[in-house]
Amino acid sequence: MKLETLKAVNVERAARRPVIVVTDTDNGDQRLVKAADISSDPLRSELAKQLRMGKSGTIEAGGKKLFLNVYAPTARLVIVGAVHISQALAPLARSLDYDVTVVDPRTAFASPERFPDVPLIAEWPDVALPPLNIDHYTAFVALTHDPKIDDPALLHAFARDCFYIGALGSRKTHAKRGERLKAQGANDSDIARIHAPIGLAIGAVSPSEIAVAIMAEITAQLRLPKQEKEQAA
Amino acid sequence: MLNRDEDILKAAEDWQAAGHGVALATVVETWGSAPRPAGSSLVINDDGTFLGSVSGGCVEGAVVTEALDVIASGKPKMLEFGVADETAWNVGLSCGGTIRVFVEKVGQS
Repeated sequence: MKLETLKAVNVERAARRPVIVVTDTDNGDQRLVKAADISSDPLRSELAKQLRMGKSGTIEAGGKKLFLNVYAPTARLVIVGAVHISQALAPLARSLDYDVTVVDPRTAFASPERFPDVPLIAEWPDVALPPLNIDHYTAFVALTHDPKIDDPALLHAFARDCFYIGALGSRKTHAKRGERLKAQGANDSDIARIHAPIGLAIGAVSPSEIAVAIMAEITAQLRLPKQEKEQAA
Repeated sequence: MLNRDEDILKAAEDWQAAGHGVALATVVETWGSAPRPAGSSLVINDDGTFLGSVSGGCVEGAVVTEALDVIASGKPKMLEFGVADETAWNVGLSCGGTIRVFVEKVGQS
């Protein structure tokens, strides 16, 4: 790999922009295609397909064997609520290679003592969330149980293309939340995007177990084909 | 902290900048039950230091050895690993899969 190709890959990844490296594995010829340039590339349909699946793979094109290496941005987890579950969830998500950010305007909760080594933003969602540029490679969870904090956070998540949205609360709590959010302009398809009660049903009781259930559900959402995802939910 | 793909590629850039010879090994094809998907990578420098993985640890030793050759020659190589032959103690995958690993030097023209 040319040094400038490697550097360009690292720059794109740092900016959370997907990039694909196309290698002719017979002779080592290589080129880099940025996400923004895919639509004008001769291999656009193959490139777009691999990027959509988030998978690298070898294809045949024009009599050549080409390896398409897809570098999708690192998955990110935004946690609203610096609560007990989040103290278990943040390190678990980091061990699964997520970039984690915790948001909670309550400084007694969002303290570095409770969250060592985790980026913390002690601001209300309307201030904290827009600069995070929540994108398709982001999972978003609302865990405060406080509508003043969770509701505006969820409304922000609806406006973004995040791959997972989850919110803590029983079915009853969630039904009331749905009514409140609709009164604030959300529609049924927005509400349907929320995974609630949050997490796979594994009988989780402790904060750490609930964190496992949440990360299992997020993993399923990220990795499973659509049909199997519905069965897991 | 675990080494993520982006940390691995950053290490490749940093090693190169520090004057090391560096190779990048990438899983390009898999058949059957392979331990790591296509796109998984291992970077190796001329000390034999490596980061990342292309299998569950079964073939990394062999890939590092080949990578040192690639760093010396500058010529890319395609390696293929299949099921381990236990009687011969060959390097291989115990999981029953087959993988192809492309090894290239970083900084080749």
